[in-house]
Amino acid sequence: MNPAIQGLITIVVGVGGCLGYFYLSNQFLDRVLYPAKGPNAGRNINRANQIRPWLFLFPAIFALGLYLAYPVFETLRLSFTDRSAGGAFVGFDNYSQMAAEPKFWEAMKNNMLWLIVVPAASTAAGLLVAQLTDRISWGNIAKSLIFMPMAISFVGASVIFKLVYDTRAVDQDQIGVLNAVWLSFDGGAWAVIFLRLLPAAILLAFAAFMLYGIYLSLRPLIWGENERGKPAWWALPLRIVVAVGAAWLLWLSLNSIYSLFTVALPYGQPQTWLTIPFWNNFFLMVVLIWIQTGFAMVILSAALRGIPEETIEAAIIDGANPFDIFFKIKIPQIMGTIVVVWTTITLVVLKIFDIVFAMTNGQWETQVLANYMYDKLFRANDWGVGSAAAIVIMLLVTPILIWNVYNARKEMR
Amino acid sequence: MANLQLRDVRKAYGNLEILHGINLDIKSGEFIVFVGPSGCGKSTLLRTIAGLEQITGGTLEIDNTVVNDMPPSERGIAMVFQSYALYPHMTVYDNMAFGMRLAGKTKQEIEERVKYAAGILQLEPYLDRLPKALSGGQRQRVAIGRAICRDPKVFLFDEPLSNLDAALRVATRIEIAKLSENMPNTTMIYVTHDQVEAMTLADRIVVLKDGYVEQVGPPMELYLHPGNLFVAQFIGSPAMNILPAKIAKAGKTTQVEYVGGRKASVPVETPAGAAGQDISFGVRPEDLLVAKGTDALFVGKVDYVEQLGEVQLVYLDIGREDEPLVVKLAGNVEVKRGEEMRFDADPGDLHIFDGDGRSFARERLAVAAE
Repeated sequence: MNPAIQGLITIVVGVGGCLGYFYLSNQFLDRVLYPAKGPNAGRNINRANQIRPWLFLFPAIFALGLYLAYPVFETLRLSFTDRSAGGAFVGFDNYSQMAAEPKFWEAMKNNMLWLIVVPAASTAAGLLVAQLTDRISWGNIAKSLIFMPMAISFVGASVIFKLVYDTRAVDQDQIGVLNAVWLSFDGGAWAVIFLRLLPAAILLAFAAFMLYGIYLSLRPLIWGENERGKPAWWALPLRIVVAVGAAWLLWLSLNSIYSLFTVALPYGQPQTWLTIPFWNNFFLMVVLIWIQTGFAMVILSAALRGIPEETIEAAIIDGANPFDIFFKIKIPQIMGTIVVVWTTITLVVLKIFDIVFAMTNGQWETQVLANYMYDKLFRANDWGVGSAAAIVIMLLVTPILIWNVYNARKEMR
Repeated sequence: MANLQLRDVRKAYGNLEILHGINLDIKSGEFIVFVGPSGCGKSTLLRTIAGLEQITGGTLEIDNTVVNDMPPSERGIAMVFQSYALYPHMTVYDNMAFGMRLAGKTKQEIEERVKYAAGILQLEPYLDRLPKALSGGQRQRVAIGRAICRDPKVFLFDEPLSNLDAALRVATRIEIAKLSENMPNTTMIYVTHDQVEAMTLADRIVVLKDGYVEQVGPPMELYLHPGNLFVAQFIGSPAMNILPAKIAKAGKTTQVEYVGGRKASVPVETPAGAAGQDISFGVRPEDLLVAKGTDALFVGKVDYVEQLGEVQLVYLDIGREDEPLVVKLAGNVEVKRGEEMRFDADPGDLHIFDGDGRSFARERLAVAAE
């Protein structure tokens, strides 16, 4: 049979089955089980109405239970068993075996890197686009273009970016955009401007931002608290942690500026971008940022529109400049939405699998947890370690998921 | 302490002109109320003074400095918005301190000023609360406090009481009146569509319509001597009765012929040769009195009575289709539907307006105002 016809039959059977289930089950409830007539009509109607919600909920509860809840417990059980020993209980052996593998820690480290960079970059870029396109006539066109990658699957996007990062021999035409651009640099003035001065300027701006962050977090400690109110007990350690973190990033960026000017760049040689350790992680992250920026932009754009215009006008009269208005009036008012967007993207990032699988398959130090799990479960056929990796991912996702649901519900109120 | 001069101020959005050359002198320390129906441009005028809208023509001076291109924060103004416009993420204290922090004031100065404003408005217990934990009246007081903290030369109020319920509106109105008394050097400009607020608060009222100034003057002057038909009907509630009429005899006192050939003499001068001209003849519902004798200005059957307690509104059918004469009588006078009644008025309370709606008494007014 033609697959198209098979598909059509599936749709008809599926949708028809759903309709049939809801119709017939309600008919059964109202006509046979508790008919709304006879001496007990009133009691029967009440009982039927108590049962009815469960009729509607049953298919979803059944399917979710079978395909989501049960696998969680089964995976937990499998993570304590060993397949080669016929499924015998082995305690935490799988976990300790996993912890001894450098590939697992590489995946953990990369996942953390993804976790920091992708949500931050996507949310920041989305917020920037939402703010910049808010008042311009062609803003909606720009937003549509930036939103479009959302319609592309992760694997499709990976294929597109594999072409961007593609490498050909030096005597052939480069079909990868990145290499084509790279080969146009020859160490002359343009190369100095774009590959040394421009990144240095960006890093310098970042360093200055970090310095400002250190100043902001330490100011109350040195020059005394705000005019009013006692700080909470956790304010002091938090301020110190933030300041130390910012100082570390400051040192890192200054160091990078130094190495930018001392490094010898291999001009004229096509690069295989996805095999450059550490940096190839960022080349993979770009794909997800490219997709998720559209999502962040749409949600944050709606939130920005929801800010009452009068509060902005009041701030203008109070003497606020555009930066004050953005950072002190607009962002605090949409903070709840920013947190929801951030955590939602974080959940996507924790489960990231397709992009790594399709582009590098975890080679060249790009392994992530989900791909590691897939490797163990379906390539090494080791259900024990694979399940253990799955449980680790779940443990990482759960707190963020709860936090996300909590925030989303708070926003809705 | 600042005076304002508006010279031919115009505001247009594209080809649509909203304000058609407003001229206005506001003295230092005055309480000015802009009043008019929806869409008359009163809010736009206030926003141009605030600097939230750029004017497209004319000059705007605050304290003898042209401020056409000056940003709002440097004009020495503070504004209270209809929706309060409090920063929802800041406490009451931070709301009031925000502007001063941006201006780089010292902590001590900020604390002093916030305490001062909070003291005036009885906001001390709420300084650490967020706006969402306050009632509507408290929020409006915070908005006023935020304006006080800016220590402005000119206060701008954009319908500040519209979002409050009736009882709170009266209380806050009195509070604003007291505030203006306590700050005699601060100029206040107040926008409202409610004539009660205008009458009770203003030193001078500016009546606006369709982007033009209709009349400027103290509340009682507008009430007693409206310059034109619009002002006559806008100020006062219920609105002034206006009847079509003709001048029977012009002169020092004018004889007017109105509904059903009745005649009245009005002590307002009309130019010779105006006889026969079509005019409007007006008298306020509250100026009409039950006539003692048989000779009366208006005679008719009572069509309908609205009893409001302390007063009642009597709708008298005087032979005009669907346009009864409205009379405001004390609530304790017994009036029956269908009863025939006669009403008279003091000749000084009668108004006449020419074919363009301008008051015949306006020249005398202009002279009196000089």
